Order: sequence, then structure tokens, then C-alpha cells
Amino acid sequence: MSKTQTHEFDAVIVGAGGAGLYAALEASSIPGNRTAVLSKLLPIRSHTGTAQGGIGAALGNVEEDNPEWHAFDTVKGGDYLVDQQAARILADDAVQAVYDLENRGLPFNRTLDGRIDQRRFGGHTRNFGEAPVKRACYAADRTGHMILQTLYQQCIKNEVAFFDEFHIVDVLIEGHRCAGVVALELATGALHVFHTKAVMIATGGFGRMYRTTSNAYANTGDGPAVLARRGVPLEDMEFFQFHPTGIRGMGILITEAVRGEGGILRNREGERFMERYAPTMLDLAPRDMIARAMMTEINTGHGILGDPSQDDYLHLDATALGADVLAKKLPDIREFCQTYLGLDPADKPIPVQPTAHYAMGGIPTDLDGRVTADGEAGVYEGLYAAGECACVSVHGANRLGTNSLVDLIVYGRRAGRHMAEFVRQADLPTLPGDAATHAEMIVKRSDKKPQPGQAAKIRTSMRDIMMDSVGVYRSGAGLSKAVEQFKALRAEAQDVGVGDTNQAYNTDLLEFLESQNLLDLALVTAASAAHREESRGAHSREDFPERLDERFLCHTLVTVEDGSIRFATKPVDTSIWKPKPRAY
Amino acid sequence: MNVVLRIKRYNPETDSSPHFEDFKVDVQPTDRLLDALMFVKRHLDGSLSFRKSCAHGICGSDAMTINGSERLACKTLVRDVADEEDAVITIEPLQALPVQRDLMVDYTRFFEFYRVVKPYLFPAQHVDKGEHLQTLEERKKFDDVTKCILCASCQSACPVIREGTDFIGPAAIVQAARFVFDSRDRGIGARLDVLDAANGVWPCENHLECTRVCPRGIKVTKAINLTKREIKTFKEGGHQNV
Repeated sequence: MSKTQTHEFDAVIVGAGGAGLYAALEASSIPGNRTAVLSKLLPIRSHTGTAQGGIGAALGNVEEDNPEWHAFDTVKGGDYLVDQQAARILADDAVQAVYDLENRGLPFNRTLDGRIDQRRFGGHTRNFGEAPVKRACYAADRTGHMILQTLYQQCIKNEVAFFDEFHIVDVLIEGHRCAGVVALELATGALHVFHTKAVMIATGGFGRMYRTTSNAYANTGDGPAVLARRGVPLEDMEFFQFHPTGIRGMGILITEAVRGEGGILRNREGERFMERYAPTMLDLAPRDMIARAMMTEINTGHGILGDPSQDDYLHLDATALGADVLAKKLPDIREFCQTYLGLDPADKPIPVQPTAHYAMGGIPTDLDGRVTADGEAGVYEGLYAAGECACVSVHGANRLGTNSLVDLIVYGRRAGRHMAEFVRQADLPTLPGDAATHAEMIVKRSDKKPQPGQAAKIRTSMRDIMMDSVGVYRSGAGLSKAVEQFKALRAEAQDVGVGDTNQAYNTDLLEFLESQNLLDLALVTAASAAHREESRGAHSREDFPERLDERFLCHTLVTVEDGSIRFATKPVDTSIWKPKPRAY
Repeated sequence: MNVVLRIKRYNPETDSSPHFEDFKVDVQPTDRLLDALMFVKRHLDGSLSFRKSCAHGICGSDAMTINGSERLACKTLVRDVADEEDAVITIEPLQALPVQRDLMVDYTRFFEFYRVVKPYLFPAQHVDKGEHLQTLEERKKFDDVTKCILCASCQSACPVIREGTDFIGPAAIVQAARFVFDSRDRGIGARLDVLDAANGVWPCENHLECTRVCPRGIKVTKAINLTKREIKTFKEGGHQNV
């Protein structure tokens, strides 16, 4: 193995998506702060770039709106597991955050009078649920692409130091003080120690645990998995969102904006079945409700094939939108359909099925992005998290469309600001003498001789189990079995080696490390789902179909230690709105 | 159907020069070429090296040369490049960028050219509150070039760059155009030292290869020509954004 190098910075951000880049902008705007961004990808390849439909903010450019309605929708959409002050901050700060992005060059679509245009999205309503509201600011159907580009451009302007293709292997924590990270450099195979006053984890999601997902290959939850190995608890891992409209079989996302612009879901009889499930919001009900409605239609023989034993699907009918609206407002969606399905959505319905999309849970943080320890035990000093890998919690049990981008921008910025202020005052902590030892051990394990196809077999099993037992509908028996299966797969994975023994650009080793991370997160996701004996938001238990506030109006904290899984709870902030039954 | 992936391989630690290696794989005509490459990597040879991420044509990671033409492997279906049983699909790294390993190329210089055109907004005015106003017409003027994903397909296909010149290349100019034609920007003057230099916009000879291969369908050559014209206009004192 190559020699380990050590670098010294004031702040290190891991991940170069929306949250990481916004934090980098904040951190680098204070003169003298030495800030570095590590990304396992090349510039602007991060998954934020694939976000399509819009970013929610109550600008009121098109019709009356206000942030309080946005905050309420967020809380109700999250089935009251949202921390309500966090949701207020999200909705209040979203307005200025969107203006900031525009002022920095983001090319939003415009209204006739030259302002930022807005459109409808699921679960976003006027006056506490009366009717859909136009709240999503958008740049055609490449809003995330534009956000990622704009933030990266600004980072270039601020001369942020980037370490591209550096993969996080370990975080250095002594007591409750973070002292840096250890990362693998893809180009050389060398480990690098980054000794720093503060670390922010912004590594994004981990949808690759599932067979059918909208997520990129890179979404392997490296940040949460690395922290969990260091004893940091993870929050609300049982809540994983299925987006209703993934392209059949492939999982490629078809934005909710298609329905926001007037698209309709239909079953094999051509019926607009959402009329029976959500009479007010119809096809713009929250994603968890629509995904369940779709699975129910499929399971009762109303899928397009009419056969639940097959991988059945439904139709998203956008033909009423017409070629002109599709070209102007949804050009990429039209192109995806033409490329991957050989059809034009102006003429034919799109075959869709729910696709694993977004982790509501993740690394627990306070309102400033500081990672919090078990329950009341305070924060980890110098350790931050933001974006999909974090859990503030503004998404609760189910995230509303557009709120992922809002979360990145609002909490990426808040965490970045807090971290910048912290490093201005903090001393550089002592670097542990054996800083790279743990990371060396993790990378070393891969030296075992591989058996052909074994790694692929483990990965396939994990993704199938997640899909079949930890998907839209779950049961106690299925979840318990999944937990045992993941324990066995983790044990088996200990003996899988890496065939590629070269140092330079060893993507085989990278995949090995990513698979370990996914397996760890699959285990805690299934275990947390087994632990929560109720149905709430995206977590739907066939054996416990009701929401049980008396027992479960609380966040789950899960820790894995020496193979045993420990649970704790954390109270939910319900200081503004009293939990009510959820109807749309 | 069965197809043969004929992949150009190079391992800097063991090979003195690149060579081709064949992999026979069983695929569906509607599979992405990236799916076929992933099958090879996960089941036949874990050392096969290439980049990938989003797998649906947005992140720009998997640009490569497929049957002689620059394409994204995730936006190319098997049926697009193979029409019969046992068809051979030739897969090589991008041209004109140094090869790191197998299908991975070095983007360092590419991103340097991107950075020097100052690809960020020089705001025409400070906005105290709210947004800049921009008409639909003004917004439309630079819409096409906002689609660029910096995959470097255009760079690879450009005959001028392939000759080994220092031309900054189509992608950097597209990124500059994205701001030069934005009504909110006043940065053309600040970009002139790069764009108007000998290796700036002028080496482009309108071969149109960049436009032909762009996986985002950007009219790249047109953007370069418009930028050339805008530079002339600006130097004559007439740039509309000043």
C-alpha cells in the first residue's frame, strides 16, 4: 500500500452535491478559512444534478402563498414526524435561498412579467390543505442540474480547494470531538488523512440498497455508514420513500412535475384511480399515498398486465399536456421516454412503477447541522451533516416533492455558516497517533482472494430483499427475516475479496467499500422498520396498519455495536401543530 | 441476444500500450450499453475500469467512444449500436484526453479550460430584494447552452483538438456562452483575455463534429459562432449586455 499523506485544513466537507457545495461557499467566504471539499466523483457529477421538477419556496409569484402554509404542508406530508421548528426554518429560509440562487445566476423559468415561474407539486397546498398551490420554482425539468452548476461555478469563483475522486473510509472521533477524516485516493490507491477543526458529511442518499431505484450508482451512503461504524446513532432509518413514477423496470425518475402540469395516473381500465384514494389532491397527493395506491391497484389485478405475479406497472398519462408544454417545461422527460422507451409522451402513456428514491432518515443533527449523539447527550464537536444523508428532521416519515432541494440549500447553508464560525474560534484538535489504522484495516480486508461472482451475488440478494421485504408494504415476519438475512450477508461479505489488485484507479476496490456501506445501512433500515410497530408516512406495516401516536410519535435512533442492534428514541417537536389524522 | 464488447484496455501498472479484449455477453436489445459493461465488471472481470453514476444521461460520467463515435454508455441502447446476433461493439476511451486506465480519461486539462472562461455570473446589477427580472425572450436566448453536462464528448470529437492544438475547445466556449448571452451578466469583458486569445474561440473551423456528438443535443457550433460574433460586436462597442 502507498504511503499515507496528511493534510491540514480548517474545514473539510465530504460530498460535492448541493449541500456540500453550499456549505463550501459559506465556509470559504470567511477570509483565512482553509476549506477543502472531497468528492468520490469528478466535478458536477453529483446526484443533485439529476433532480428534475423544482424547488419549493412560497414566493407567491403566480398565486397567493406564504411560508407558513409551506411549513404546515411539510409537517402534514411527513405524517407529523417532522420537527416543526425545523420545518418553519425550512419554509421561511427557502424564499431567500431561492432568491440567492437566482442572484448568483441560476436560470429559472420565468413568468410573463419576468419573475421566477412556479408550478404545482404533490402535497403543496393553499391555506392548510384547501387546494394545490403553485410553489415549485423550476428551470425546465433540470432544476437540480442548474443548482449544482450554479453552486459549483460560485465555488470556482471563491477558489475552494477540491479533492476529486477521494472516497471517505473513516471519520476520526475521540470522545465527542471530531478531528478529521481518512479518504482513499482513487488515482493512486493511497490513504489520505485530513486533519481538521471541523468535518461536514454531505454524501447524499443510499437508494442503491434497492433493486429498482432512481438513485445513481454513487448513492451508497458512505457518510452515514462510516459514522455508524464509529458508534454514531442513525435516525429514522425505517422511512425510505418510493417515488410513484419510475420508468418501468429501470427506475429512472419521471418527475412529479408531469402530474403538476396535468398528467394523470391510470390503471388497466383507464380509470383515474387516485379519485378513490385522495379525492381532493388526486394525483398530487403525497408520494407515500400514491405509491401505496399504485401497489394496491397492481396487487388487486388492476395493473396494465392485470397480473400481480409479474412485475406489473401502471400508466402515467401526459398526452393531454400536448407537445408544446412538454417541449417547454418537461423536455428531458420527453427525451428519457424517447431514449429508453421509444415513445413520445405527447402521444402515449408512460409505463411507470414506484421506484426507491429518498432516505428521510440519516445522521441526526440539530438546527445548525451539528451531529447529535444519543438522545439528550449533546453534540459531537466539529462534526456536521447536511442534505439527504442527514436527518434534521424536516421530512419526518415522508418527504414532499421539491423539499429535498430546499433542504440542501437551507440546511447546507445553515450548517456551512455555523461551521465557518466554529472553525474561526476552535483550535485544531490533536490528531490520534493511529489516525489511519482503522481505515487501513477496512481497506485491507479486501486483500482476501475473491470467488468469482460472489460479490455480485451478495449485492443482488441485498437489493432483492430490500425490495421485497423492506419496500412500500412491510410485515413483521418479512422484516425479521430480512434482518437475519442481512446479518448473514454481512458475515459472508467479510470473506469477499477484491479481484483487482492494482493501486491506480481501482474501481473494484471502490465497489467493495460501497457494498459494505450499503449492507450496513440495509441492516439498520430493516431493523428499524421491524422495531416500529405502526404505519406512518412511507413506513407501511401490513400487521400494524394504523398510526399509533401514543407509542410511536418519536424518532428512532439505532446503533449497531458488535453485531447487536440497540434502539433509543428522541422526542418529536410538535410545538406548532397538533398531530391530526392525515387526509388529502 | 449475444453481442461482443470489444473493449480497448490499458493498465498503466502492467501494460506498455493499449490492446483490445473481447467479452461476449447476453443482453436485451433495450439494455443500456452501461448495463452490459456493468455485467462484465461484476461477473467477468472486476478490473475493467470506467466511470459511471446516474445511468440516465445527466451526470456526464460515462462518455466514451462507441463504434467510433462519442456517446454516453448509459444513453446508448444495445439496439442503437448492434443490429444482429454476435454483433461486435467497439468501445474505446474518449479521444484527445490522456488515458488513465481502460476507459477512464484524465479530465484535468478539460476542467482547467472550463475554469479559465470564468463560468460564473458577473451580475449586471445588485439586487437588494427578490430576483433579477428577465423576459421570456431573454431567458430563451441562452437556454440551449444551459444543458451542458461537461462530459467532454465534444472535446474528444473536435478535429482541431485532435491535431494536438491548445484550443480551449467547444465545452469551455459553451460555458462562456451560457453567461455571455444571459441578460443578467456583464462579464464578456472579463472573459475576453481567454475567449479572444489565439487559442480562444478562433481556432474553431466549423467542422460541426461537436454538435453531431453532443449527447444533450446542444447546437455547439452555433454557440461558438454566436460567441465569435458577440466578441466582434463587443470590441466595436456594441455588445448589448454592456
